[in-house]
Amino acid sequence: MNHYQERVCLQGHIIDSLVLAKVLDLILMMGGTFDLEDVHIGKTREEPSHTRIRIQAASRTLLDDILKAIQPHGASIEREADCRTDGAPADGVLPDDFYATTHLPTQIRLNGQWLDVDRIEMDLAIAVSEAGFVAQAVPMGEVRRGDQIVIGREGVRVIPLQRPRERDVFGFMESQVSAERPHAHIIADVATRMRQMRERHRERQRDSHVLLAGGPAIIHAGGREALTWLIEQGFIHILFCGNALAAHDMEADLFGTSLGYGLTAGRAVPHGHEHHLRTINRIRAIGGIEAAVTSGMIKQGIMAACVRQGVPVIMSGTIRDDGPLPGVITDSVLAQRAMRTLIPGVGLALLVASTLHSVATGNLLPATVPTVCVDVNPSVPTKLADRGSFQAVGLVMDAASFLSELARVLGRPT
Amino acid sequence: MSRLLVCPPEFFGIEYEINPWMRLANRVDHGRAMRQWHELMRILEKDVGVVLERMTPIPGLPDLVFTANAGIVVGRTAVVSRFRYPERQPEETHFEDWFRGQGYDVVTVEHELYFEGAGDLLGFPEYWFGGYRQRSDFHVFPVLSERFHREIIPLELVDSRFYHLDTCLCPLSGGELLYFPAAFDRYGQAAIAERIPDKLRLAVPEDEALLFACNAVNVGKHVVLPTGCPTTQAWLRMRGYETHQVQLDEFMKSGGSAKCLTLALD
Repeated sequence: MNHYQERVCLQGHIIDSLVLAKVLDLILMMGGTFDLEDVHIGKTREEPSHTRIRIQAASRTLLDDILKAIQPHGASIEREADCRTDGAPADGVLPDDFYATTHLPTQIRLNGQWLDVDRIEMDLAIAVSEAGFVAQAVPMGEVRRGDQIVIGREGVRVIPLQRPRERDVFGFMESQVSAERPHAHIIADVATRMRQMRERHRERQRDSHVLLAGGPAIIHAGGREALTWLIEQGFIHILFCGNALAAHDMEADLFGTSLGYGLTAGRAVPHGHEHHLRTINRIRAIGGIEAAVTSGMIKQGIMAACVRQGVPVIMSGTIRDDGPLPGVITDSVLAQRAMRTLIPGVGLALLVASTLHSVATGNLLPATVPTVCVDVNPSVPTKLADRGSFQAVGLVMDAASFLSELARVLGRPT
Repeated sequence: MSRLLVCPPEFFGIEYEINPWMRLANRVDHGRAMRQWHELMRILEKDVGVVLERMTPIPGLPDLVFTANAGIVVGRTAVVSRFRYPERQPEETHFEDWFRGQGYDVVTVEHELYFEGAGDLLGFPEYWFGGYRQRSDFHVFPVLSERFHREIIPLELVDSRFYHLDTCLCPLSGGELLYFPAAFDRYGQAAIAERIPDKLRLAVPEDEALLFACNAVNVGKHVVLPTGCPTTQAWLRMRGYETHQVQLDEFMKSGGSAKCLTLALD
């Protein structure tokens, strides 16, 4: 990522003299990139032209070298000011004109230096540490009275996403949603990324976690075995879900049904509607999912695979949960906080068959995380994009077909 | 009647080295320099028919003789130079005083910018060229362009031997141009070629460029240029100019020739 950037202005008779062309060539030849902003070409020969150029470079040194090289040709660094901060007036209350974040990489200027904002996420504020060396995105509710919060827009800059080097489906960074789009190449690209992630994860490299947020339709539709296999093979490293996915997964293990339907027979089993309640009750009785798996009560499935593989599971409760299972976080603010703690390190996100968990997870992710949103209902990926997670690739597809195909491409025997 | 500002070389000499031509060891023959300068003045006054305004030379300012670097004059306004090298900065007040004494409106550029007058800003009536990088700063051109409502095409000077634009580029009254292409990068060369058609342009050969063929004084159909530039001279004649040769090798020891020794006043 070309994280280092500076804006310069260039004015005068820069078009016919080819000075603009020279400056742009210099930037590229030296290994930087640029965006032209506010290009104004003089309407007459006498009228000067002017432009702003945003220059990006992979390192501070390279950026400085580029600036040094282009300054003699009239490029002057735009005068920039430090960001302004104000103390939070009370716990959980931001200063009135707080800066609201996007999920794009963001920097603030403090004491003349640009500083990356850690844990960037959309719709948060930016808190600056007392010493002024650390800037971090913070949710409104987590703010404490007196915290220094960035206000206004001065001294804040948002860095547009660079087109990734990989020329795959994520390279387009667009969330066109259509049931008519072919699925195979998207799944193949997701699989390629997952293979890379597994390698990187094994080498303990950063941003190598694959996060899956899923809904119970995964179980109903028949995607349980495929997802279990993906977890067992080390392709998935974090699971976000609700009470239902876990309950039906374990119901399937204990009773062979999902919400009362025989998964193999394909018809309602007598008193099958009680199965998930009995499942939840047994888990509550034994103390939790982990105990159920380690005791041998739960033998197979998604939850068993997560426990065995050490994959952290965040279960967030919703309003009509049965039970809920032990471990389900019923306070949504606490659930949000728990999810947020696992976001740093995520390098790929799969949001599968859940409106609530997909949108909630998607909106917690920085724009730099490649994301695929799979749902049989096109409104889900559309909603996610409408809520700002534009980087998510939408795939209108049944959850089981997606997971089975993904697992097949990744080598699951069929 | 054209008027030119000149300054007698009473105190001319090599007292410092601020361009590749200057060598302290290379002593100026004072008598010879005086004779060459007076010959140039004679040609300008008698053959070309210009009016000469003579500045008073100042001891300790050997380069005051190069009045092209006093500033630029546009109508009744004079923009006084701000020299890059401290050695020449004391000249500024003398030029400024002279302009004020003659009743010009005197304009100065911002303190932190360098601008070396008609040495780096010259052109045609409709547009000008501005030489930058060696002496003048790029940034003065947008300012002067706005002040005088003139297009100024900045040209980077890439060869330190041609440290002022007037050492390698000479616009002529008929729309022609003498220039030494290698003193510019490919952008500058392309910008020049874009403006001036092939047949109006003479790419001066290197040997003549190094004699400062481009440092010529053009007034109407007269061109005064250093001796030893037959190709340039022939081309000028072919274009209908009357050429006048003058030996100025004593001044070349300092990196200056005919044009550097004059400043067009109107």
